[in-house]
Amino acid sequence: MKWRLLLPLAAVMALLGVLLVGLGLNSRELPSPLVGQPAPAFTLTALEDPERVLTEADFIGEVALVNVWATWCSTCRAEKPLLMELAGRGIPIHGINYRDERAAARRYLAISDNPYRTIAFDPEGDAGLEWGVYATPETYLLDAKGVIRYKRTGPLSRELIRDEVLPLIDELRAEQREGTS
Amino acid sequence: MTRLAWRGGLLLAAWLLPAGLALALAIGAPGEFASDAERTQYETLIRELRCTVCQGETIHESNAALAGDMRERVYEMTRDGQSAAAIVDFMVSRYGDYVRYRPPLQANTALLWASPLLLLLAGGGVWWRVVRQRRATTAPPTFTAEERAALERLRRGD
Repeated sequence: MKWRLLLPLAAVMALLGVLLVGLGLNSRELPSPLVGQPAPAFTLTALEDPERVLTEADFIGEVALVNVWATWCSTCRAEKPLLMELAGRGIPIHGINYRDERAAARRYLAISDNPYRTIAFDPEGDAGLEWGVYATPETYLLDAKGVIRYKRTGPLSRELIRDEVLPLIDELRAEQREGTS
Repeated sequence: MTRLAWRGGLLLAAWLLPAGLALALAIGAPGEFASDAERTQYETLIRELRCTVCQGETIHESNAALAGDMRERVYEMTRDGQSAAAIVDFMVSRYGDYVRYRPPLQANTALLWASPLLLLLAGGGVWWRVVRQRRATTAPPTFTAEERAALERLRRGD
């Protein structure tokens, strides 16, 4: 007879458990269907030079990060020192300047550090849509063949870089060496 | 007096017109459609795609910049003669299944779809048990002949 009394308690505990797990989940972190897919195509101009046309091919060739950012995005500003560290370690970082103003973005980079090798200027969010951008900053890791191997929606953190990004970069670079030798 | 009213009206119109226009542009009112079928497809799709920024809203309801971009893309693709399925596939391939406001019935959503039925069954089971138990307790008690005799004596006050 006792187990009957315990049954509601067990049910409530199970429900609480499910809710607790739910609390830990971040509903903003959606799995990206782009991981494992080639870098989506785009045709934009370079941020520094409106005459220079950039495409996804300009991002491809070695293991590289692609960071989507904007001057209006305060989280992107906060993330930049980490990108500078990564750039300092010799990791190429390309930028997509998302829904921004060219002058503002150039001024911002002129008065602060610039971790980017190439920056595609995407004022209308065209490339953003192709790349499935919805919450800046977003960071993609491309392998040497231009396949997206990792995506982070939201800012990178020191822990993420240490535990996920850097090990994967080492792995992809090893893959690249094997492929070329 | 009427002249003043006229002028006031004109001034008001001059103020309201750009505001209304700006509002229409901000909401992303679509341009022309070649046919009613295209319009219907557009109107249906923008109510079936989720804005991934403001997750509780469809791109029809949302004012987010991204929702505007997505509506525009749906409009362009519709005008290009693409089917509704192709447009949904395009969005899903970029934003994932989550972009569909009505989740599709597939392996990883089976539990989601089955949950109302499961809850109903579980509730029905509990209800059935409670009713059965209650019936057992409210059933008229049956006494043996001895008990009846004892009760009768008690009632008489012996």
